[in-house]
Amino acid sequence: MVDRYLEDGVIEGRLDSDLYEQNFADAHPPLDPHEALVAADRCYFCYDAPCVTACPTAIDIPKFIRQISTGNLEGSARTIFDQNILGGMCARVCPTETLCEQACVRETAEGQPVQIGLLQRHATDHAMKNNLQFYDPAEDTGKTIAVIGAGPAGLACAHRLAMKGHKVVIHDANPKAGGLNEYGIATYKSVDQFAQHEVDYVTAIGGISIVNDSRLGDNLTIDGLLDEHHAVFLGIGLGGVNALGAETDSDDISVNAVDFIAELRQAEDFAKVAVGRRVMVIGGGMTAIDVGTQARLLGAQDVTIAYRRGRDNMNASSAEQDQSSAKGVNIRHWMQPVEVTKSGSGSLNVKMEFTTLSEGKLTGTGKFETVEVDQLFTAIGQTLAAGEAIASIAVEHGRIRVDETFRTSNPSVWAGGDCVAGGDDLTVTAVAQGRDAAEAIHAALVT
Amino acid sequence: MADLRHNFVGIKSPNPFWLASAPPTDKEYNVVRAFKAGWGGAVWKTLGLDPHIVNVGGPRYGAIWGADRRLLGLNNIELITDRPLDVNLQEIKSVKKAWPDRALVTSLMVPCEEPCWEGILRQVEDTECDGVELNFGCPHGMSERGMGAAVGQVPEYIEMVTRWCKDKTRMPVIVKLTPNITDVRYPARAAKAGGADAVSLINTISSIISVDLDQFAPEPTIDGKGTHGGYCGPAVKPIALNMVASIARDAETAGLPISGIGGVTTWRDAAEFLTLGAENVQVCTAAMTYGFKIIEELVEGLAQWMDNAGHPDLDSIHGRALPNVTEWQYLNLNYTAKARIDQDSCIKCGRCHIACEDTSHQAITNMVDGERRFEVIDEECVGCNLCVNVCPVESCITMEKLPAGDLDKRTGKDVSPDYGNWTMHPNNPMRDAAE
Repeated sequence: MVDRYLEDGVIEGRLDSDLYEQNFADAHPPLDPHEALVAADRCYFCYDAPCVTACPTAIDIPKFIRQISTGNLEGSARTIFDQNILGGMCARVCPTETLCEQACVRETAEGQPVQIGLLQRHATDHAMKNNLQFYDPAEDTGKTIAVIGAGPAGLACAHRLAMKGHKVVIHDANPKAGGLNEYGIATYKSVDQFAQHEVDYVTAIGGISIVNDSRLGDNLTIDGLLDEHHAVFLGIGLGGVNALGAETDSDDISVNAVDFIAELRQAEDFAKVAVGRRVMVIGGGMTAIDVGTQARLLGAQDVTIAYRRGRDNMNASSAEQDQSSAKGVNIRHWMQPVEVTKSGSGSLNVKMEFTTLSEGKLTGTGKFETVEVDQLFTAIGQTLAAGEAIASIAVEHGRIRVDETFRTSNPSVWAGGDCVAGGDDLTVTAVAQGRDAAEAIHAALVT
Repeated sequence: MADLRHNFVGIKSPNPFWLASAPPTDKEYNVVRAFKAGWGGAVWKTLGLDPHIVNVGGPRYGAIWGADRRLLGLNNIELITDRPLDVNLQEIKSVKKAWPDRALVTSLMVPCEEPCWEGILRQVEDTECDGVELNFGCPHGMSERGMGAAVGQVPEYIEMVTRWCKDKTRMPVIVKLTPNITDVRYPARAAKAGGADAVSLINTISSIISVDLDQFAPEPTIDGKGTHGGYCGPAVKPIALNMVASIARDAETAGLPISGIGGVTTWRDAAEFLTLGAENVQVCTAAMTYGFKIIEELVEGLAQWMDNAGHPDLDSIHGRALPNVTEWQYLNLNYTAKARIDQDSCIKCGRCHIACEDTSHQAITNMVDGERRFEVIDEECVGCNLCVNVCPVESCITMEKLPAGDLDKRTGKDVSPDYGNWTMHPNNPMRDAAE
């Protein structure tokens, strides 16, 4: 252990360099061919399988697993991609324990579901490593569609539109495509530049061009895009973050967890990412878990996730919570920050109030505890941030309103992914919505 | 503990589990390991005349597997022993001397000429082994040379060779039968007519186990070519049980001792053979799959079941199922059963539903009141048992007998208390004139 492990403050290089590599290795290493066959053998090939119903993209899971067990990895991958062209990333980041694997009848039977996520990765890795392309664009329709955001929703939409014979231009605000797959997912869930490989794999169908560093609002307007294109799809995600909601000395006293996760994903050297010895994360979702866990992996000695409600209320699945706890993160419930002050030494004193439910409403108890930390992360939800750029589009509950075909209040504009109302902020849901919006756009444009 | 000591045509062994004549019994080394592990007896791998045969230098086996690569069926193209006759004879003598309490039988296969049999029988007698088994069963390699199954498929040859052997030796003669015939009772009758002390069955079944799709050649593939082999293992047990039972039930061979062979893997398999008329069992594939240690489970499992069920010795279970083996035409057509699904143990995989819906009688729901739920529709259920067989959870679906007098919702008639079979049925144009 290097000396810096015990140093207070937000500093770089808390760990020996080889430890970083170990800590940020693939969280769920792929199955080898033997393991995959054993895992595939456990699938019962259910009728009207509950796992398929539980999958937002409705991948024919029993079929792709049967194809693995018969040695047809290529066909298996195609079965997956037919429904979910980002099946490779979904195999890595889906909370399968609350989706397909929770529904698996072997979870019911033995408390041990078929390893659907890892099997999906086995098949999709095979196809992507060998660049097996399964889809050709249909005859050119002469239509072009602008897609805003090269995240899961935008990529899925673009691919399905390209299959239908449309030309697609994707504008993305970041220097790299991929959206949250590139910037928002914990590093150990997507290693070896997988998000960029996936962008290349998806766009290899042809007919899709990507314009990077092109943000809606900066020289890019919906009306302007509609002058050049036949339709627009918005897959812009949630660009803003909620405020801390505690009294603070200054605005920059806490770190936005989303930005930290992005910084870590783009870091070429984890030792150059500064982290506190004592870290607190405010929030209860996947972002809170991801930042808390990664702070530990970067060498933070003492990491606490503080959530204002109970374990069952957390958006992060219990499996994710357990994995985080196993990495040494302390998850505390029923407490919220009320005041944050900076001490002379630079540390932060976070005054927490314990909370409770009173007649179904969350209230403070009047009991407090002050925790001294070096670094405070906020992971308390994100907001739609496009502002004026989408002023003409109707919004409800802070998200874009869409109908059942993902069409917005502007009949030439569709939207999907985290930016629309009624979703569950999952990659796989964004893929399903992008795909289905593409089908709706196609239907609107060619009939 | 139940008494498993066994006497088969005068050959005694501490338990009724013998290793069959096959690769595990080709050498002293293997047989000694088996006896140390606890096997009751062994039939030495088939001896032939010198010069000894040769085996292929490539693969000899092929297999089919169930889930998790569990071996269900094994196919082999190995021939009889490929070691010199006197080496085998010396080793047999040595093993018998060291293990006097174990059954040691020698399997034989020589050309259909009386002097050949006479000669080898004399040599085998010198080993002081307990008996001989005439290999009229192997379906591959040797049969093309007029031996093995080529003899076993011609009842007259079986009778002739058996008689020669009985004339020439004091040892008990067991005739091993091939299943590669139409009706196994004919070769069994021939063996009895020739004076056989017992029959053993089944030998392996002619088979091509798989095809190499790159080479377009049967497997196991030897330099691009393959040939049929002999099929054995758990998958052949049903065929063997039926053949054992049909010999045991045949009036002409009734009382002829039977050594049951074919897919015995667990004590339960063995018990089934014994209740269908076998006096002991011979095992090969299970040992080749898991090693000799399985004898512990076989012996202890059989004894435990006998203790629990109150069967003190092997005589008390021998042939016990035979009175209940009958012909289809004598089955009670008034017996009515319906499937019942235990909702507490149901894991909702839906396999019962889709099997019934696609391939049977549309008698299982998939949805009840908007919920995924699998229930039997008595109006459609014919009691076929397919749902029980495809259900992955043991005892989740059972077949329940409808008591006499209850309404069978499928037929709209009350279940008759009477016995009524096909020979009496009005739809049977051949029914007894007395009707």
